[in-house]
Amino acid sequence: MWEAIWHYEFLRNAFVAGILTGFAAPLLGVFIVVRRLSLIADALSHVTLAGIAAGLLLGSLAPAAASWNPLYIGMGFSVVGSLLVEKLRAVYRHYEELAIPIILSSGIGLSVIFISIANGFTTDLFSYLFGSVSAVSRADVWTAVVVAAAAAIVILAFYKELFLLSFDEEYARVSGIRTTLIHFLFIVLVALVIAASMRIVGVLLISSLMTLPVAASIRIAKSFKQAMGLSILFGELAVIAGLWAAYELDWAPGGTIVIVAVVILLFALGWKRGRQR
Amino acid sequence: MENGIAVQIEDVSFRYDKENVLENVSLMVPKGAFLGLVGPNGSGKSTLLKCVLGLLKPNSGRIFLFGEPIESFREWHRIGFVSQKANSFNRSFPATVEEVAASGLAAKRGLFRQLTKEDRRAVEAALAAVGLSGLAKRNIAELSGGQQQRVFIARALASKPDLLILDEPTVGVDARHVHEFYELLGDLNRRGLTLILVTHDIGTITDQVTDIACLNKRLYFHGNAEEFAQLDDEAISQFYGHPLRVLSHEH
Ligand SMILES: Nc1ncnc2c1ncn2[C@@H]1O[C@H](COP(=O)(O)OP(=O)(O)OP(=O)(O)O)[C@@H](O)[C@H]1O
Ligand SMILES: [Mg+2]
Repeated sequence: MWEAIWHYEFLRNAFVAGILTGFAAPLLGVFIVVRRLSLIADALSHVTLAGIAAGLLLGSLAPAAASWNPLYIGMGFSVVGSLLVEKLRAVYRHYEELAIPIILSSGIGLSVIFISIANGFTTDLFSYLFGSVSAVSRADVWTAVVVAAAAAIVILAFYKELFLLSFDEEYARVSGIRTTLIHFLFIVLVALVIAASMRIVGVLLISSLMTLPVAASIRIAKSFKQAMGLSILFGELAVIAGLWAAYELDWAPGGTIVIVAVVILLFALGWKRGRQR
Repeated sequence: MENGIAVQIEDVSFRYDKENVLENVSLMVPKGAFLGLVGPNGSGKSTLLKCVLGLLKPNSGRIFLFGEPIESFREWHRIGFVSQKANSFNRSFPATVEEVAASGLAAKRGLFRQLTKEDRRAVEAALAAVGLSGLAKRNIAELSGGQQQRVFIARALASKPDLLILDEPTVGVDARHVHEFYELLGDLNRRGLTLILVTHDIGTITDQVTDIACLNKRLYFHGNAEEFAQLDDEAISQFYGHPLRVLSHEH
């Protein structure tokens, strides 16, 4: 396959987008997991699907819209969804997790309606659900570049604030940190990364790329910085090995990437147990 | 408008639901003071501290920090805090003792800024002050409850605050370290740090504190330690609901 990368642009696109995803998803994932927001990624990915379905529908109804990248509409939906999640979490302050099924089912409901109106789409939809090695366009790659850079910059700029906010929200507020603003920025970033990762891993599996590498890393890491480093390392391992397997075997990359991540997690669990003996 | 007053509480009332938890509390803490705040469970001590820290907004009354109305106060890095619930953090959080102790410096340093050499020294000194130097690189979950509590005390000390607010900080800390910790507080106070300490062991802190305030929804007493010692038993039992000094003799 490594040779084929030089020959085929589509493969190069998939790899570059994959490597960016393998970096950005676990980077945000560390904060998502320690803040116990793991399921929010799931809710947002389904809202993104609704946006993509809307985009595909629009493209089939109005030929003028056919050239738009449905990913951008998915992104818009995802960001709106993230704001709704925040709103709902504030409304149900004592049942914060209620926001997740509400948003998740709305997302699926809308997706199914859009898909039905369009009378089912082509294989396009399949690639959005489970990722694809061949469907990543140059525009998708640029989107991934911009989103991954934004994620890196925001995390670098607000590392101290996000760490304190995640570890001890009350102390963050006492320290004069604008917790609502930082949290808002973070959740919008999560929405963007989810939408941008969609092409590679697919709607149904993107949240696992945000959580599985982190689940493995926190079994091993002593410090938070270590947990971040290991999560990104595991994320990249999963993406690269997963894409390779997907290409060689002609399987959907979403599945292979996630299964590699699961294997890494199993190793991490074993490693910890080995050390405890 | 910085004056000689660290905290000024004017006629503050607060309620969570219908009933007042704080009623017309007025209290002034001059710079350099070491105030011991005492009162029975549920008397509103933690609530009052949360108002002072800006976590709760009083229903009426005003609060000034270093002369500035709390609404426009921005220098939060000057205030350190150890919460009564500090110990109820997420146990599987991957962080070292050092990372937690340094996290209080976040507000002091701007965006993108890494910790300076001076910050690192301050964190080291704070960990040394609570007797945790050897454990800096350990995962915080691997510490005992009392050791964890001392990490939170170190976090508050590391940012070198001008005002340190402590809500029963020594819960779960063993007698030797409690004693050392109070000595440390007394020492810091003599070097100019203003302190507010909520505690139930009045007996042990009277040598360190300069002022004592007794709160039970309203402020029952505020004066220096000697004046407090001269209070008759009746005044104390009226406020506490039971004779306090008899209790402290039993220990
Ligand atoms: N979040 C809350 N919602 C509603 N009522 C509360 C809340 N927190 C405290 N209260 C009530 O306010 C009153 C004062 O509580 P507070 O925590 O300030 O007491 P305290 O003096 O700190 O007590 P302790 O010595 O037990 O720490 C109590 O009656 C308590 O039931
Ligand atoms: Mg309390």
